[in-house]
Order: sequence, then C-alpha cells, then structure tokens
Amino acid sequence: MTRTAPPEADPTPKEPAPTAALHAGTSDLRALVTRNLRTSGIYVAFVAIVALFAFLTDGVSLSPGNITNIVLQYSYILVLAIGMVLVIIAGHIDLSVGSVVALTGAVSAVLVIQRDYPWWVGMLAALAVGLAVGAWQGFWVAYVGIPAFIVTLAGMLVFRGLTLQVLDNISLSPFGEPYTDVASGFLNGLLGGNGYDAFTLLIGAVAVAGYAVSGFRTRLARIRYAQPVESFPLFVARVVAVGAVVMYFAWQLAHARGLPIVLIILGVLIITYAVISNRTVFGRQIYAIGGNLAAAQLSGVKVKVVNFWIFVNMGFLAAVAGIIYSSRSNGAQPSAGNMFELDAIAAVFIGGAAVTGGVGTVVGAMVGGLLVAVMSNGMQLMGVEQQVQSIVKGLVLLLAVAFDVYNKRRAGTSR
Amino acid sequence: MDDNILEMRSITKTFPGVKALENVTLAVRRGEIHAICGENGAGKSTLMKVLSGVYPAGSYDGEIVYDGRPASFGGIRDSEHVGIVIIHQELALVPYLSIAENIYLGNERRGRAGLIDWNLANAEAGKLLDSVGLDESPVTPVGQLGVGKQQLVEIAKALSKDVRLLILDEPTAALNDSDSAHLLELLRRLKERGITSIMISHKLNEITEVSDRVTVIRDGRTVETLDTKAGEVTQARIIRGMVGRDLESFYPDRTSSPGAEVLRVEDWTVRHPTQDRLVVDHAAFSVRAGEVVGIAGLMGAGRTELAMSMFGRSYGRDISGRIFMHGKEIKARSVAEAIDNGLAYATEDRKKYGLNLIEDIRRNVSAAALAKLSRNGWVNGNEEIKVAEDSRRSMNIKAPSVMSVVGKLSGGNQQKVVLSKWLFTDPDVLILDEPTRGIDVGAKYEIYTIINRLVAAGKAVVVISSELPELLGICDRIYTLSAGRITGEMAVGSGAGGATQESLMELMTKERESVG
Repeated sequence: MTRTAPPEADPTPKEPAPTAALHAGTSDLRALVTRNLRTSGIYVAFVAIVALFAFLTDGVSLSPGNITNIVLQYSYILVLAIGMVLVIIAGHIDLSVGSVVALTGAVSAVLVIQRDYPWWVGMLAALAVGLAVGAWQGFWVAYVGIPAFIVTLAGMLVFRGLTLQVLDNISLSPFGEPYTDVASGFLNGLLGGNGYDAFTLLIGAVAVAGYAVSGFRTRLARIRYAQPVESFPLFVARVVAVGAVVMYFAWQLAHARGLPIVLIILGVLIITYAVISNRTVFGRQIYAIGGNLAAAQLSGVKVKVVNFWIFVNMGFLAAVAGIIYSSRSNGAQPSAGNMFELDAIAAVFIGGAAVTGGVGTVVGAMVGGLLVAVMSNGMQLMGVEQQVQSIVKGLVLLLAVAFDVYNKRRAGTSR
Repeated sequence: MDDNILEMRSITKTFPGVKALENVTLAVRRGEIHAICGENGAGKSTLMKVLSGVYPAGSYDGEIVYDGRPASFGGIRDSEHVGIVIIHQELALVPYLSIAENIYLGNERRGRAGLIDWNLANAEAGKLLDSVGLDESPVTPVGQLGVGKQQLVEIAKALSKDVRLLILDEPTAALNDSDSAHLLELLRRLKERGITSIMISHKLNEITEVSDRVTVIRDGRTVETLDTKAGEVTQARIIRGMVGRDLESFYPDRTSSPGAEVLRVEDWTVRHPTQDRLVVDHAAFSVRAGEVVGIAGLMGAGRTELAMSMFGRSYGRDISGRIFMHGKEIKARSVAEAIDNGLAYATEDRKKYGLNLIEDIRRNVSAAALAKLSRNGWVNGNEEIKVAEDSRRSMNIKAPSVMSVVGKLSGGNQQKVVLSKWLFTDPDVLILDEPTRGIDVGAKYEIYTIINRLVAAGKAVVVISSELPELLGICDRIYTLSAGRITGEMAVGSGAGGATQESLMELMTKERESVG
C-alpha cells in the first residue's frame, strides 16, 4: 500500500527512514482519493457530468465547436469566481459583482463608443473603476467593520444605479474590433497547419511540458525535504493523464477556430491566483482569517489590510469580467451582468469552498464553474427548457454544499 | 447487595478505526457523588454520551441498567425522561434569553390555550434559583452572568426536569476557586436531597474532597473504582491509575539562574472596552532572562486583560504605560509590532483565539511567523513542513503527521501546537495564559518540562494561572493581581517569606472592594 520515493532518489539516506505513519495514505491512488474526498469529489463529479452529457448528446457536447463555445460563454463567470473564491475563503461574500460588471462595461462603452477614445482607454478606465469600487467596498468591510453581505448588497444597488446613470438608460453598441477580440478573437494561423491550428497545439504542448516540469521540481524539492511523495509511476501516470486531457482539449480547439484569446487571459489568471492563494503570505493570511479570525489577529495578521485588498482584487477581477462581457456582447446594456454574482458564488461553493470560510481553492472554483457550464450547455444542446435548467442548477448547488456539510460532520465525529 | 441506581456493563463503542470504549463497567450507587477521571481521550465523554443517549442504543455493545431495569435510550429526550441530565463543559445556554426562559427552554410552562405562562415560569424559576443558591432575578439575560453563575443556571435547569442522575462534564474547569467551592457545596446539598451525581473532573483535589467514589478510565477501559470516602485515596494514587505509573512529582525539577532583566512594564493602565472602569490599574512588573514569573489572580482580576493589552493592544482602550525590552522602551501598537519586539502571548482559550482548527499542524505552527519562511512574500512550503516536523518531534506532539488537522488533536497536543507556533517566532518573553487548562496530568507535566527547557535556553516566561499549586510548582516569583492592581510580589521557595497558597490568596483578595 505504502510506497515511498525510490531510495536512489533520496539524498538524505543517513536520516532514519520516515515512519510508516508519516507516509500512510499519501502515496497510492485510492488513498489520495479518499483522503481528499472533499476536494477530489468535485473532480470526480466533473468527469461524470462531462461523460453524462457526452453520452446524452451523442458526443456533440465534446465537439470542437462546442468546447470553444463553452469557454467563450462562461469565461467571465470563471473570472468572477477567481475573485469570489478569495472573498469566500476569508469568510465574506460579494453580491455586487454583477453590477460592477455592468458598470465597468458601461464606462468603457461610453468612452469608446460615444466619445471615440481608442479601445485601450476604455479598458483601462474600466479597470480603474473596478479598483475604485473594490477600494470603496473594502473600506467599509475592513475599516468600518460592516458585514460584507450588507456592504455589497448596497453596492449591488448603487452600482446598478450608476450603470443606468452612465448609460443614460440606453444600450450602447458596437465596440468593433479590436475591442471585441478580447472575448471573440482567436490566435490561429500563426504557424499554419493543414485543417488544424498548429499554434494552438504548440501552446497546449508547452502547457503540458510546464506542468510536467513544475510537478517534477516540486517532487524533487519534497524529496529533498524528506517528505512523502507519490510513487514515481503514479507521478508519471498523473502527468500523462493531465497531458492527455489538455492535448485532447487543444486538439479539439485546433480543429475549430484556434486558440481563443479569452482562454489565454483566463489561463494566466487561474495560474496567477492559484499560486497567490497557495504560495504567498497574502494568500495564506486569507485562509488564516477565514479559518479563525481571532486567532489570525492574535498571530499578527493585519486583518484589516488583508480584507481591504481582497475586495480591491475582487473589484479588479469584476472589471476584467466586465471588459470580457462587454467585448462579447459588443456593447453595454443597463441590465448587463444581472445575477452573475450568483453564478460565481455557486461555482465557488460547488468547487468545495466552505460556507464558514477558511476552505476553498481557485482550481476547485474553476472546476465548479465549468461543471455548471458543461451542465447548462449540455441541457441547452438537448433542448431542455429554461425552467428545468434552473431547477437542476439549483439542486446541484444544494447537493454540493450538502456533500460538504456531510463530509465535515463525518470528519468531526472521530471521537 | 449494593443499591445501584446505574450500572453500565461491558460497554464497547467503536468508531471507524478506533475502539473508543472497550468493556467499560461503571456502577453508581444511589445518592452518591461518583467521580470519573482519566486522561484526555481516555473515553470519559464517550461513556457519558452512551449513557445519555447521544449515541443511541444499538450503536454500542453492552448493557445499561438504570434503576434496576435495562434501559435503551434512543436519544437525549429518552434519558431525560427518566431523570438523567447531562451538563456539558461547553454550556448550552442562549445568552440573549433570560434565566427563566433558558431553564424552561424546550420544556415551557404552559397555561391556558397552550400559551406560555411567564408569571408561573418566572415564579418557579425563582424557587429553583433559590435552591441552587443563585441570587439573581429570573428575568436577567444569561449573557450578563459570569461562567460560574451560568453553571448554576444549568443545574437549576436540570432540577426543573426532576433530575435523579446529574452528569457534570468538567463543571469547574472554567470556574475560579470561590465559584468552584460553591458548586461543589451545591453538589453535596443535592446529594442530601437524594440526587446522584456523576462528575467528570481533572481536578484531583476536588475529587478527593467531594466524591464518594472514583472510577478511573484509561485508554477506553475501566482501570479501577476507588472508595474515596474512606479517606485513604490520595491524589498520587489516582494519578497512578490514570497514567499507569507513578509520577514522582507533579512538577519537574529545575535549577533556576535568572539573568538580566528582559521585560519591564511600568504604570500599565487599561480601560474596559465598553464600560467606564479600569481593568488594569497602574500595574508594574518585570521578568528576567531564565526566569518563570507567575501572575496569580482571581477571575476578573485583570490577568488576561493585562497580557492582551500588552500584546499589541488586543484588549481594552485608553491604554497607557510603558514597556521596556532589554532596558529599551518599545511600542507594541499592533500584534505584529509586539511579535517583532520579541513578545509572544499564548491565549487561555486555544480553540477560540489560538488555533485555526480546520487547518493542519503545519499551517498553525507557521501562522505567527510566516515572514520567516518567506522571501518577497513567497512562502517556502517545504521549509514550512520541515519547521513543523521539527516542532512535532521536539514538542512530542502526538499526531500521525504535521498534515493532521489541529481540531482533531487532544487538548494537550493542541496546546503544544500553540506553544510551537509562538516558539517559532523566536520570542524573548513568552506569556502563557492558563497553559495547562483542560489538559490531562501527563500532558501537563510535558508542558512544564517545555517551560523549563525554554528558561534554560535563556527565555523569560510569564505564566498566568488559576491553579496556585501550579504557580508554586513552576515559578521563581509570583505577582498577585487584584482588581487590576498588582498587590504583591513573592519569591517561591521553602525559605522564610516564600509564597504559600494562603499568602497568595490573601494578596489576591486584597483591596478587592475598593475598585469597581
């Protein structure tokens, strides 16, 4: 059952072999799955949902064109979910992001469409508005101590009102290129290819190589520190499995329209924030605050500062989502972004975050968001009615959190 | 033949992977006070949960005979129905409701038309309060009462249910000496009224004082039942049963050799955060390197408030006074600043203020000094594990790995994690607030040993404790605190003028009435 690093790879042979207890349940696949049921459950569910809809739609849901569509359609929700997961880990909530998406898109549209500024001025203005909104809400939450629920509920109303004000209650369009390339553009044909896009495949290959190299380096570092690692065959299997999925995905994209620009943006954001949440002091303090606010405070964490920046960051990402959404819809509407906050929050909780804070991951939230995306998309392909889709989505959210609660209770009754 | 109100025969309770109880036998005589003691994790609480139906019949093996008849409880309601009431360590009272509302919660006094008759409820609650010796109006919100009085409300609540077998889980753990004495006296009076009590306790002096018999549990098994009434059972005898060996002494030996003064506090004054009164009143004290200094005071004397206000102004307002480290005045306006200046404060309530219970040992150990593990804001996760692993070994934290979630550890091991966290900040002065509260004898000894190791390495340690024998056992000097004022300073030692429990108590109660 228990496998350790190959002895020849262990540079500290003089150390007594780490005890069996240290290694228990860390190396083989089954143990890995059961140990992290809470976090791995979502992946299992995701694979199951993908397989289910591939079956129900006779493979249409996995067709090149449809995969591209899913990415394009749900990218802004995923961007919001990245910010939202940090907010929720810290024990807050943000109900205003839908309105902020609308406001930032509106400001951008007014500048670019009405006043004829270049496309990048609109985007920078949107980001500036997003940061300002975040600073405003962060101030009330962190320094005045108003619960985020209230602050962002107020923000939801205020920023929706400001959107109407800015747009003078009318829709603006069109942005035109290159603004719309953010959400609808593709990088293709850069390296040619016969019936497929070689550049997309190259990027896919680079991503897989990067994953393998960083995984291997992490593994070496862990061995150097005499920590348990998965067995080498299992490590290879994991890299191969991930590589296969990524390359399949790239292959499908390459046969459709190439690499969507928004996917690159999304990829960069996911990697950046996954690293921030996991590997930086700031990220770790977010978990500490959500896990036990008082203990974090008494451990020297500057809780107010951290909370403030969490909301500034949320505002920034809401602006990014606003740019993507306005780019995709090629204009700004007073009602843009309605209910986006709920989709983002749902993605985070389906992705394994705890309602009480302190638990959650960026990658989990992404999978949670994609799960909803694949499900909605699959039901659309099958022609399921709107009302049924809504009911199913609601039940999935409920079940996901119920699973989380059940897991926690099971873990809590060990004695 | 003995007249037993309760017999639990060969109770075995298994959780996935763990045998929590194995063939445990417990016989309680009618009208006695029966103590149960054992180390943390020995299975005491599990046994009581089996008895009260929290773990329903069928989820365990064995037999419960109550009042001569086999009993099988499906839930707490069933056991309460026959007069078994359990009072948990964490009191289950609603702070915003009045005393009477709490007493009759779920058991409301109804009048006509099924509506609650508050006059009747308040009147009856008043009588119950008289019988437990609590001089408060039944309409007072429970949140305004101290822990000691809340405990009495719980007992009154139990009496309202016609309790015949009262189970108290560590009833005095959070109480000061006078409240404890009052509670134990109440148990004796209940006994005269024919109410049988089972008391789980870590405080051996209470057990020998108040109980008739004591059952010792170790590792999920009954070790023995001793007759404490006969007066032959000493605390050392009980400890031998609990740990399976003799502890030569409660407190490890230490040769003290204090060095230069490290910390000096002058004129420290703190106002209550919401009320207009001084909680700490011009306090002054000092600690030297390699010295353990105790702070003794009754509950409410301002011990925790003194420490927390020093530690980055974590308590109170209008804080004034001066703190010197190594002779130089420091500012500690935030916790981060206090840590940077070499102060560390391990809280009295580790679950609430000390630990992130949902995280693992590793992340708790690093929580207060992440900066030491990071460069430009990037945390070195491998180094972090190494640090945690070192702590786990040197502190003897009993857990399978540093990835174990802290919330699942026993109290003693949790306390070691808290200590590890603060040691990793490399402080010059460690303030330990009730470092052994709620942990078992064996772990206490280990904590004392750790303290000794720290002072041997030249650290200065301040220990705040409610247990005077503990302070006398481990400290070099003891300050007494009363109503926010330092009322005395005594050296510990067998020579003339050395502190004793009596002399400390005298100073701790001095001038209590003059400030308020």
